[in-house]
Amino acid sequence: MWEKKPVLLMVLATCTILAGTIITMILPFTWVNTKADRIEGVVPYTPIEQEGRDIYIREGCNNCHSQTVRPLVAEVLRYGEYSKSGEFVYDRPFLWGSKRTGPDLARVGGKYPDSWHYKHMDSPRSMVPRTNMPDYKWLRDNPLDAEAIQHKMDVLDFPYNNPQIAALQTKNEMDAIVAYMQKLGNDINWRKATQVEIIGELVNPYAGVDHITMEPWESVYRNNCAACHGEHLEGEIGPELVGDNYEEEELFKIIYNGIPDGGMPSFSALGSDKVWQLTNFIKYYNQGEGESH
Amino acid sequence: MEKPSYNTDIVRGFVNWSIIWGLVAVLVGVIVSLQMVNPDLNFPPYLTFGRLRPIHTNAGIYGWGVGFIFATFFYMAQRLCKTPIWSPKLAKFQLWFFNATIIASAVTLLMGFTTSKEYHEMEWPIDLMIIVLWVMFAINIIMTIIKRREEQMYISLWYMMAAIIGIAVLFVVNSAAVPAALFKSYSAYAGTNDANVHWWFGHNAVAMALTAPPLAMFYYFLPKSTGVPIYSHRLSIISFWSLIFMYLWTGAHHLLWTPVPDWVQTLAMAFSVMLIAPSWGSVINGYLSMNGQWHQMRDNYLVKFLILGLTFYGLQTLQGPMQSIRTFSAFIHYTDWVPGHIHMGTMGWVSMIGFACIYYLVPRIYGNEIFSIPLANLHFWLILIGQLIWSISMWVAGVLQAGMWNAMNPDGSLTYTFMETMVEMYPYWWARAIGGLIYLIGVLIFIYNLYMTVQKGKKSSSTLTEAEGRA
Repeated sequence: MWEKKPVLLMVLATCTILAGTIITMILPFTWVNTKADRIEGVVPYTPIEQEGRDIYIREGCNNCHSQTVRPLVAEVLRYGEYSKSGEFVYDRPFLWGSKRTGPDLARVGGKYPDSWHYKHMDSPRSMVPRTNMPDYKWLRDNPLDAEAIQHKMDVLDFPYNNPQIAALQTKNEMDAIVAYMQKLGNDINWRKATQVEIIGELVNPYAGVDHITMEPWESVYRNNCAACHGEHLEGEIGPELVGDNYEEEELFKIIYNGIPDGGMPSFSALGSDKVWQLTNFIKYYNQGEGESH
Repeated sequence: MEKPSYNTDIVRGFVNWSIIWGLVAVLVGVIVSLQMVNPDLNFPPYLTFGRLRPIHTNAGIYGWGVGFIFATFFYMAQRLCKTPIWSPKLAKFQLWFFNATIIASAVTLLMGFTTSKEYHEMEWPIDLMIIVLWVMFAINIIMTIIKRREEQMYISLWYMMAAIIGIAVLFVVNSAAVPAALFKSYSAYAGTNDANVHWWFGHNAVAMALTAPPLAMFYYFLPKSTGVPIYSHRLSIISFWSLIFMYLWTGAHHLLWTPVPDWVQTLAMAFSVMLIAPSWGSVINGYLSMNGQWHQMRDNYLVKFLILGLTFYGLQTLQGPMQSIRTFSAFIHYTDWVPGHIHMGTMGWVSMIGFACIYYLVPRIYGNEIFSIPLANLHFWLILIGQLIWSISMWVAGVLQAGMWNAMNPDGSLTYTFMETMVEMYPYWWARAIGGLIYLIGVLIFIYNLYMTVQKGKKSSSTLTEAEGRA
């Protein structure tokens, strides 16, 4: 029948295609981005954040970075709280991505201080020696176009005020993309909510460790701390690390939970054993070195 | 009935230009694969990985893929309908408009005008050009079919019509956006909705552009190359309807474990597994059509391309459903496994069929016999080896990195930092670049062979028999 009637065949083919389309693509609009999944605290992007987002899109950052944390154990440990639908209601387009050549960025907001991002965008390899991320120092050379950004905010129907627009005059594209990074995943207060309260007495399992035992721990330090605190604990983005400044337990707690308002990330995902290694390394390694030389 | 005079000019034009864009796609692919191993090869602002990768994918899908779809559809439609193309003038204009669109896409993507939506990165003015292009093509093919002088429509025409409608629906819906400037727009959908609409598009673009059209070609060019008909017309019909029904449910398998509603994910997973049936319906139909003809794998290079291409289709449509299962997706998604999967489909299945069609077409549209069959065989082995190195190295890399991402210490902490897992990828990324380079050499040999065929090939006998292509 239809093999002799092209119009009929096309009508039937269209109906066949529309079945799955209606159920899996159109029907979800009934629930998604409605009151059902709205989250209090999720707010639209400010002008500079939105511009940063547009630069992120322009440079194709989504080709290497995803922006959704899946509800899987290893993933939540690595990146933070899993992503929720209501967190993305202002994202046009979505930027979830499909490949993690670099790490997921859904929860990067507030993880590091601004200065970390500036230095990292200028020259990623100065902080992470073997990364393949290109340098984006040149973004600093491009000033922002306040008028165009204001127009885009109007198109998106996002709220803004005049001081926010005026402030753009002195900013460049690097400022915008860093502002965007700091907004990511930060509308819900997940970082404080997932902080661990350490109860009971903390016992240093490596108390009285000698210098030779600590030598392999230098790589743990280099992989996790050196980018901010320097190769030799001399400090840069983060402060200089002087062993005597903190008691063992205090130091352990800072590394384990981080200082959420101070730009120090939590390193609980490393596990308490490695955090104790770092504690001992930071507190005693330089002293040992001093004695042996 | 006298033989209608078919238009070959338009087929020539699309064959030539699709090959040029195919070369661009492979070349840019090799460049971005080298940028992955050496970030110093990024030259901002234009020549960075982030801007070049969409040019690689879009040149491959739209320049090469859709280019040879235009070429073969114009060729097949005329012959299956026993009538010349409805409007040669419109087709001619379409060729120039096609090239203008591809060039405009490449230039705007280089300048950073992108929507970021994977496989649909071009901004709204280019989207409008693509819609005009597709409407021109659709009218010409559909009018040719309506004016046909052969009552029965062969299965290839079915796949062609479904592809024309399917791509139109997908593209228009996913293009919806609010322009904010000449080359900047914001998606009409937000967040989770945008993701779901986009991967409904993304996965079905694979169905409607990279599955249905190559199947149309396979069902036409395999019997033409072997000289024996398709094994079962009934099986091809069952496969057709079930394929175009099931595909549209599966988009969310790209979004497993994301905030997209769970039931949408589950439906996508179930339908993806069910898709094995119609996919393998075509694969088995192809294999059974070779009954008593398997010796042609040895002495007919066209059959070698077609059957290997079909084999990769079969492998692709087993691996795809496997990846669509939640547990498996949890492990390999976001790793290099996925590009390995995609490239088996594009470099293996789609391009092998494309190469076969072009080898079949060129002697008929230029009237010269293929310059060198040994070179065609060399081309075959280079692209086969190049693709296998490419995909296998990425599968190994993906499993390795997934294992490291998930590795946990006895106390429940992570064993590796992200960077510790990333640096393990470098050797595999090198292997991938080498695989791509071998593939590129294969493509260059293909182009040389065709160039020599046109320039220096022996004049073929005036009536090319159906057995043409046998060596």
